[in-house]
Amino acid sequence: MIKISNLHKYFGDNQVLKGIDESIARGEVVSVIGPSGSGKSTFLRCINLLEQPTQGEIVIDGQSITAPDACIDKLRQKVGMVFQNFNLFPHKTVQQNITLAPVKLGLMTQAEADTEAKRLLEQVGLSDKASAYPASLSGGQKQRVAIARALAMKPELMLFDEPTSALDPEMVGDVLDVMKQLAQAGMTMVIVTHEMGFAKDVSDRVIFMDGGYVVESNVPALLFGQPQEPRTQAFLSKVLR
Amino acid sequence: MLDAINSSLFTPIGEDGLIGIYLILNGLKVTLIVTLFAMILGAMLGVATTLMKMSSRWYLRWPANLYVGVIRGTPVVVQLVILYFIVLATWDVDKVSAAIIAFGLNSGAYISEIIRAGIQAVDKGQTEAARSLGLSQAVTMKEVILPQAIKNILPALGNEFIVLLKETAVIGFIGGVDLMRSGEIIRSRTFEDSVPLFTCALIYLALTYSFTFMLSKFEKRLKQSD
Repeated sequence: MIKISNLHKYFGDNQVLKGIDESIARGEVVSVIGPSGSGKSTFLRCINLLEQPTQGEIVIDGQSITAPDACIDKLRQKVGMVFQNFNLFPHKTVQQNITLAPVKLGLMTQAEADTEAKRLLEQVGLSDKASAYPASLSGGQKQRVAIARALAMKPELMLFDEPTSALDPEMVGDVLDVMKQLAQAGMTMVIVTHEMGFAKDVSDRVIFMDGGYVVESNVPALLFGQPQEPRTQAFLSKVLR
Repeated sequence: MLDAINSSLFTPIGEDGLIGIYLILNGLKVTLIVTLFAMILGAMLGVATTLMKMSSRWYLRWPANLYVGVIRGTPVVVQLVILYFIVLATWDVDKVSAAIIAFGLNSGAYISEIIRAGIQAVDKGQTEAARSLGLSQAVTMKEVILPQAIKNILPALGNEFIVLLKETAVIGFIGGVDLMRSGEIIRSRTFEDSVPLFTCALIYLALTYSFTFMLSKFEKRLKQSD
């Protein structure tokens, strides 16, 4: 479904991605792990062009999104994104956060979007919060609303950028449960995460990144159980205790 | 003291029978008219300039940057005098209108900076979230960024209004009779310094103080929705 070839990204003189080749199949759940500054978030943000790749090609569903004439807004409708800091719209209610994009883009009428929002809120366990403002929600609730907001666009692919890193520990479980449901429902997902247990349980494949490269990529049992590369071993020995 | 007040404000101060307090009140009217209309003109210019500055086209950005740079880099009194005696010299423009145009042009540059700062103060994540949903730049601006930026912009605009009100005290340079100039006329005719000058100062203070008070009430209300 996604084919990434020779992806490079520079920020000024700083090279963050040094040539990434990856493909992700439809329905696959891929976790990206690695130390801070390894380029994993940049990699994720390149997939929906929040960062413009300096070099390389990304093809989604047979369409090159890095081509100069690619319609970025259309692409982004198919690719949902969940951020570390939620980025809910604070001046809109939970329901309005969810319905804004599908209505403004003409995909649904307001009534249809409202029904859909109700269904999505039920799915993420927040039916009673439809008319609340984001400021009144806990971090875990905010993130679940953010997931519902992305799902309202009926994306074919969901990107998660450290979705639980800004949460209090007791909130993490609720968000991971929602993501687990999504994975089981067959959503294609790319998840940048520090939750090793979650990556192990839910992913079909885990990618370990370091220094702007994909160092190792394997099914979770093997990547966590028998890491081949010394850098993977060193990283895992620090995070898995 | 009472004598000085009486002679400079409430008795005729010249052969034309002019009474000080009427002069002051008329001057106050001019000050308020110039401030109000300059603010309206400035707000319109400010919005237009911000849009030009944020454009991706250099031929829109460039003049906007030049305008803001020139206005911010020269004293408003110089701008006022140049505008009235040189730019508008060939047209028959009255002093109050000239002052409105000059102060409007001046505050337009500052207001554009206020709007720009207000927009930039909105977290970058808001734009990213909106764009990641597939919303266009324009819809993102209108639905997500501006409603949040307005909370940063309105209080700063109130401040600009206060600054503008005080800055209009240089209208006398082109011969306009505003509040400050009224005080000066009384002073030159009566040789009484304290009463006219303190009267002017107190009126400015009362105006800015009450406006600041209203502004702080308003800011509190804006914060409530957070």
